[in-house]
Amino acid sequence: MLTVEGLRSRYGRIEVLHGLDLQVDSGEIVTVVGANGAGKTTLLKCLSGTQPVSDGKITFRGDNLGVVPAHGRLKRGLAQSPEGRQIFTNLSVEENLRLGAFLFTDTRVDQDMAEAFAMFPILKEKRNLAAGGLSGGQQQMLAIARALMGRPKCLLLDEPSMGLAPLLVAQIFEVVTSLRTRGVTVLLVEQNAFGALKIADRGYVMETGRITIEGAADELIADPRIREAYLGL
Amino acid sequence: MDALLQFIFSGMTVGAVYALVALGFTIIYNASDVVNFAQGEFVMLGGMITVFAHQAGLPLPLAAVLAILATAALGVALNKLAIEPARGAPVVSLIIITIGASILIRGATQLIFDKQLHRFPSFSGDDPIRVMGATILPQSLWVIGGAVAVFVALWLFFTRTLTGKAVLATANNRVAAQLVGINTGWVMTLSFGLSAAIGALAGVLVTPITLVSYDVGVALALKGFAAAMLGGMGNPKGALLGGLLLGLLEALTAGYLSSQYKDAVAFIVILGVLFVMPQGIFGHKSTERV
Ligand SMILES: Nc1ncnc2c1ncn2[C@@H]1O[C@H](COP(=O)(O)OP(=O)(O)OP(=O)(O)O)[C@@H](O)[C@H]1O
Ligand SMILES: [Mg+2]
Repeated sequence: MLTVEGLRSRYGRIEVLHGLDLQVDSGEIVTVVGANGAGKTTLLKCLSGTQPVSDGKITFRGDNLGVVPAHGRLKRGLAQSPEGRQIFTNLSVEENLRLGAFLFTDTRVDQDMAEAFAMFPILKEKRNLAAGGLSGGQQQMLAIARALMGRPKCLLLDEPSMGLAPLLVAQIFEVVTSLRTRGVTVLLVEQNAFGALKIADRGYVMETGRITIEGAADELIADPRIREAYLGL
Repeated sequence: MDALLQFIFSGMTVGAVYALVALGFTIIYNASDVVNFAQGEFVMLGGMITVFAHQAGLPLPLAAVLAILATAALGVALNKLAIEPARGAPVVSLIIITIGASILIRGATQLIFDKQLHRFPSFSGDDPIRVMGATILPQSLWVIGGAVAVFVALWLFFTRTLTGKAVLATANNRVAAQLVGINTGWVMTLSFGLSAAIGALAGVLVTPITLVSYDVGVALALKGFAAAMLGGMGNPKGALLGGLLLGLLEALTAGYLSSQYKDAVAFIVILGVLFVMPQGIFGHKSTERV
């Protein structure tokens, strides 16, 4: 579904992605784990088109994404719940969700909104409030729900568990797992390597702009190098 | 009493013009955080182009429509040629670009047209309408009606349409707007076109009363900006009420004190209001949580 070959990207003159290869197949949950500053967010921003690619190729469902501007990628089925949530703080919760389905005007929008509210009941309670007033966890739910309103084939999630209480983390991971049954392929970026690998099919370990280890998620959890470096075991 | 009503009528008329300029500011500000100081030039062009198209033989309504469309096209060009290439620059730089553009437009107008004062006939004649001892020109009613109509249309646009919400979303978070599929470049184009058209409409409505020449835009931009700040930048309701309030303040000061003081009094009141309410009367504090 998604193939990345030799991806390079830079901020000014400083290159932070040094030729990444990565693949996500249809129906999979794939995770990219790595420490602070490894370049995980930069990778996702390249995929969503909000960060320039200096070299390499991104193919999504057969199309070369390099020629598709950021705002055209959701139409192809690629959605992102970005780092730092990036919700529309001045707009209401409901308006945020409606804008998530900006590309659509059919009646399914209402169904999708009802589904989002069923998934995150707290959002329904706060539907008319400004999204900027939500707590961090609620903003995270809104960011995910908004991305799902765009009917993605593939969802890019950037550290959805960041800064959340353990109970909320569990709830978010549960929702991510449930995406499998909705036919949404997931690329999940996490510092919480253990939580991510537990729900993923496959994983990549990223260090300073390179993929260093890759494999099936259960193999990675058992890998001594990863247990030491990322799982604190 | 009659005098008071008379001052109120003239204040409402001037205020409606300020409101239209302020409404023009609102749209571009909402989409990009840029205060477009070329907004006054759009008003001037609305008047000037109508004058010359009318002189060239076009019926007045057609000349007005032509002026509004041409000015809208210029607004789009301003965005494409000056603002879009500077994307990523700090907002202050973009505001300075709009000031430069306003100087350029003024100079070009002076060269292409002339430096004279012009007017064209009022839409519904010049016989004053008597109301309780005071009088109001029919054209004033056109101006006030125009401001209210534009306000209602904009209010519906921003609160009821998905495109309007997309403009607000673009202003609030450009990257997130792109992620939900909004073409933010197109939103900017739309905003500049719409703003310029509203400015030009103001020029068309007011020219029979105040006349027009190449240099009327500067003062209008400043007054419209003051009105927008007074009401709360970015808020259509604030733009309308800020404009009317500013117009009334000026008219009452001119009437009861001296027209020499009208600008000074108006600005003192604005400074006072902003001191107490930095966001303007209707401005909402941004509800950001880190
Ligand atoms: N806007 C930017 N300008 C310059 N350098 C940046 C910028 N954003 C990130 N970087 C640098 O690029 C590198 C990769 O950052 P990135 O945010 O992609 O890492 P990350 O893996 O997402 O980290 P984290 O887990 O903290 O989110 C880091 O060295 C960072 O300092
Ligand atoms: Mg990151």
